[in-house]
Amino acid sequence: MHSLGIDVLLKGTNMLRLLKGLWVSVEISLISVVISIVLGLVVGALMTSKNKLLKAFLRLYLETVRIMPQMVLLFIVYFGSTRVFGLNITAELSAIIVFVFWGTAEMGDLVRGSIKSIPKIQYDSAYALGMGKFQVYYYIIFPQTIRRLLPLSINLVTRMIKTTSLVMMIGIVEVLKVAQQIIEANRRSSPNAAFGVFAVVFLLYFIVCWPITRLATSLEKRWE
Amino acid sequence: MSELVKVEHLHKEFGKNVVLKDINLSVEKGEVVVIIGPSGCGKSTFLRCLNGLEGIEGGIVYVDGLPVEPESKDIYKIRQKIGMVFQYYELFPHKTVIENIILSPMKVQKRNRDDAVREAIELLDKVGLADKKDYYPRQLSGGQKQRVAIVRALIMHPDVLLFDEVTAALDPEMVHEVLQTMLELAKNGSTMIIVTHEMAFAKAVADRIVFFDQGDIVEETTDVKGFFEEPSTERAKKFLKTFAYE
Repeated sequence: MHSLGIDVLLKGTNMLRLLKGLWVSVEISLISVVISIVLGLVVGALMTSKNKLLKAFLRLYLETVRIMPQMVLLFIVYFGSTRVFGLNITAELSAIIVFVFWGTAEMGDLVRGSIKSIPKIQYDSAYALGMGKFQVYYYIIFPQTIRRLLPLSINLVTRMIKTTSLVMMIGIVEVLKVAQQIIEANRRSSPNAAFGVFAVVFLLYFIVCWPITRLATSLEKRWE
Repeated sequence: MSELVKVEHLHKEFGKNVVLKDINLSVEKGEVVVIIGPSGCGKSTFLRCLNGLEGIEGGIVYVDGLPVEPESKDIYKIRQKIGMVFQYYELFPHKTVIENIILSPMKVQKRNRDDAVREAIELLDKVGLADKKDYYPRQLSGGQKQRVAIVRALIMHPDVLLFDEVTAALDPEMVHEVLQTMLELAKNGSTMIIVTHEMAFAKAVADRIVFFDQGDIVEETTDVKGFFEEPSTERAKKFLKTFAYE
């Protein structure tokens, strides 16, 4: 059997570099996720409003985000806006802007769906018990919304982590880019490195995302 | 006369669709009024107007002398006087039986927890569900859920109880346990307004029968037995016939 090429990672600081690259991916997604969740809650609540104009606008926003590939968004923000608007933003900031733009829309839609999925008569039965508006939302509606929302939003988080692999296209050296660099630098000495290194990258993504999906599943089970 | 609920010229419409027209009805303390009528005749909507879950386009509803106005600040106080039980129980799925019951006494009436729990268990015991206090609604049968819903309404010490087709979603063998609970409440002098399709039950529990059809009170009588034997209007006759098999 040929060498799997994992040995490359044991040379010098290669493994450390790969982990640092992973941290870049995780950092970008973590920051984006936190901002997206906060903004998504607001956008989602606004999506359930009765104002037709506001609803149409947010609908348009969501559809735009869904139709546009994230890579195009990244290019527009990073390469496009710097020239047109004379902005000097770093690649990392561009990535975070794009991910927040995307994540807020998706999160908003999840929030909207979760709020809407609470039957109207749940409100009625709470009001019939004499509860005020705040009490109805605080004790009855929000706890149920969060229970439906959490597993869904955790899945969004893993999607965002995976999508960070795109940011190397605007020059950010994240885990996948580091992997490429290592492979290319060792092309002669270990031609099989592509397999081993990418396999390790795969494993790293798995190690980050798996516990998160497990959490989602167990929450879903607990609250079903 | 001690009128607990007084409805004057109530008019209700959804858009152009008139659901209730010029309804007048008074219910006295301790009285059990059963509302019957074909589906879509407005009986459920009528109940929802009584505690302001629906706004009304005309007329006025008084409960215990206070006007029921959904937009007014007093509505939350008035609703505490009115217990309501729904067709699909509407327990709060994220709370246990006991939490469902004590939530409103604690948060709305500001009673202390021990007191609320003690009364909740007493009431649960009366409907034979004390051992289910820490269950979640999804672990209960329909009949059990409905009895919990009744307890949840009772613990607020309402002046009047509204029942909106509370057995319509239940399996036949569970209908009995719920109706039995309601019969006991009636015996103990509770004021109740009941919408139901259970004619035998209506006959047994009612002090007065109100027959709704097409958003209107067509017949109203305290001669309950007489109504079921020989209603005085054609429409009531026709309606009762749909329950008979020859």
